[in-house]
Amino acid sequence: MFDLSIVWAGIIAFGVLMYVVMDGFDLGIGILFPFFPEQAERDVMMNTVAPVWDGNETWMVLGGAALFAAFPMVYAAVLSALYMPIILMVIALIFRGVAFEFRFKANRTRHLWDLAFIWGSIIATFLQGVILGAYIQGIHIVDERFAGVALDWLSPFSVFTGVAVLVAYAALGCGWLILKTSQSLQTRMYKLMPKLGVLMLITFACVSIWTPLHNPAIAERWFSMPQFLYFSPVPVLVLWCTYAIWKASKNQQQLKPFVYTLGLIGLAYSGFLISLWPMIIPPSISIWDAAAPRSSQAFALVGALIMIPIILAYTGLAYWVFRGKVHVGDGGYH
Amino acid sequence: MTLGLTALELARIQFAFTVSFHIIFPAISIGLAGFLAVLEGLWLKTKNPVYKDLFHYWIKIFAVAFGMGVVSGVVMSYQFGTNWSEFSRFAGGVTGPLLAYEVLTAFFLEAGFLGIMLFGWNKVGPKAHFFATLMVAIGTCISMFWILSSNSWMQTPAGYAIEAGRIIPVDWWAIVFNPSFPYRLAHMALAAFLVSALLVAATGAWHLLKGRRDALVKKSFSMALWLIVILAPLQAMVGDQHGLNTLKYQPAKLAAMEGHWETNKGEGMELLLFGIPDMQAEETKYKIGIPNLGSLILTHSMDGEVKGLKEFAPEDRPNATIVFWSFRIMVGLGLLMIVLGVISLYLRKTKRLYDSPWFHRFALLMGGSGFISLLAGWFTTEVGRQPWVIYGVMRTKDALSPVSADQVGLTLIIFVLVYFVVFGVGIYYMLKLMKQGPSFSTVEMIEDAGVGHFKTPMRPLSGSDEPLEDQASTTPSSDSKHSDHQER
Repeated sequence: MFDLSIVWAGIIAFGVLMYVVMDGFDLGIGILFPFFPEQAERDVMMNTVAPVWDGNETWMVLGGAALFAAFPMVYAAVLSALYMPIILMVIALIFRGVAFEFRFKANRTRHLWDLAFIWGSIIATFLQGVILGAYIQGIHIVDERFAGVALDWLSPFSVFTGVAVLVAYAALGCGWLILKTSQSLQTRMYKLMPKLGVLMLITFACVSIWTPLHNPAIAERWFSMPQFLYFSPVPVLVLWCTYAIWKASKNQQQLKPFVYTLGLIGLAYSGFLISLWPMIIPPSISIWDAAAPRSSQAFALVGALIMIPIILAYTGLAYWVFRGKVHVGDGGYH
Repeated sequence: MTLGLTALELARIQFAFTVSFHIIFPAISIGLAGFLAVLEGLWLKTKNPVYKDLFHYWIKIFAVAFGMGVVSGVVMSYQFGTNWSEFSRFAGGVTGPLLAYEVLTAFFLEAGFLGIMLFGWNKVGPKAHFFATLMVAIGTCISMFWILSSNSWMQTPAGYAIEAGRIIPVDWWAIVFNPSFPYRLAHMALAAFLVSALLVAATGAWHLLKGRRDALVKKSFSMALWLIVILAPLQAMVGDQHGLNTLKYQPAKLAAMEGHWETNKGEGMELLLFGIPDMQAEETKYKIGIPNLGSLILTHSMDGEVKGLKEFAPEDRPNATIVFWSFRIMVGLGLLMIVLGVISLYLRKTKRLYDSPWFHRFALLMGGSGFISLLAGWFTTEVGRQPWVIYGVMRTKDALSPVSADQVGLTLIIFVLVYFVVFGVGIYYMLKLMKQGPSFSTVEMIEDAGVGHFKTPMRPLSGSDEPLEDQASTTPSSDSKHSDHQER
């Protein structure tokens, strides 16, 4: 009999990674919008994700629902602990989501929907980073319930992780746009990409140093022998990915900047998982403490194991249908 | 920020507000997705361009509604945790997996194929496009299946045990197909299709009143009315059965719906047409009713016994003043829908369906009745199950998160402002599209060759060229374009 809590933790970790990667690049487009004031170019940028953004965001809903199903205590305690950032984040996502709908239809008010898209993307991203930081810092739980105060989530560390996620999503967005655009727009993305890569290196390094300073248990995990030796290639890999982003952008290779940005984010994400395992609410609640009744985990798992491969297949199909470049003037929407 | 209310009251208002706004959009999505699948199927089968043009028209309105449904739905999926964490902690073992199944089997399906449905007309073949439309339509129905299963379980819980202070699922079949679920699902599904049919009929009626008599307007008006003819009486029958189910499992709710205080022993229960239930005085004031009809409907005998509200402790009673009236609004509008259908049959028989302005005005007025009765129905069932969040198991007041009234009040104010602005614009835009009306495509030669729409609508979600704001210069020209196609 295998451990359902571990399987579910794996599924949720996978769902969150899918979300970060997929909604990451489309939120990133909103973050990059201010640097590209030309309306026709903004149209192109938005159109590269228009057919898929809804599916991308669904991974976040899956994360919440899977948590609710497999670890309801975590869903209850973490969401009430992070009450304000979560509600403000979903409100920011409302503005961003409807901007997709309204921006192309507006004439006089188009700049307002541009602003809704920009600020919706920036605030949602920043708050996701704040949520991440607050989560890493730990949530005060007594008797399965949140027992802290309303503003526990707000700290210099959580604000900094907010900035780090902004940089990471912007880089993903830039890498995506290199793939999906052409000519002068793509050229400027190539110029922007190395800067974002370096910024990402700096912010990730800061978070990596700050986290163990803050949290002795995480420091113990990384800096005691023999783990230290196992993990020692990680900084080398990070440096190598950043260099590869820089080089591929210089050589104007389209796919590599996006792939190596994904590599950097994957490394950071695996570091995050290694730091916390097996805690699902740091610092003290493990996945087994928080597990739903076995019958809940088992019932939902049947659906997850059947459906996730099917979902991946038709998500892939949707991306394939809309493969290729998006050009200025495509669609003739004026 | 507390507005003088407790955190519990604010959280309840917030939930009622956000879910009421939300339900409007899925109801349109469910009904219109089905309508669009039918239109596209008919177009593939008959190659009659009217179906394709109607498809390309209604998909714009569908796209706006769907987008609003997605963003307001994300709010709902997190609100259980942020505002109702005690409920989530206690009952997550049941409601969590049901929500997970909704995401896995419905949300991804809709989202995955929506892009192809909206933007893929030129990218995939006609059959593949139809398949995408079908998947979206099926996805909306699967979504409704799971969320209503979850809601129904909270109304009529089954298949569970309570261990160590939380719900343990014991029998998933009994949980999913709990006693009120089949009735609620059928009632809501019909409601969603009726909402959309009334909307389509009202749009047709508007353009008939404006003088359009072309095939697009006539066809959509006619199709919508056929649906109303069939669904409105069916809905009354399903509603009746749902009521009997409520009598059996939630007798306090039923007593509140009927403003029925004293159990009628040996004499028939009257059916109240009017009255004002007074919770303090424990009686229904100013009542006007029909003797014995209540017993007849609810027990199928002239003097069958129906439990009155006084059988329940005051702290276990729902607010009858609200429920009594929300129920009557729903039923009253439902009856008007049946009348609308019956008249349409008569006018159709006498070949005056498109030439009776009074009837078009009636259909236009009924355009919003679907939404009102939908909301009134949900108010009836949700207020009526109070004070319980899980009927007989957990009280609403015990379900709240450990959050302050300040926080909930602040977010409530934000939600109200944001929803009125954002969804106000969305509804305004949908109305504008309806006012604009369906138009004939201009490149039928190409389409006859089976290539499809002449344009690639690459813009997000919908394929409309209609600007969001009114533009004085474009309106007359689009009107004249319509008149070119009139058949009169």
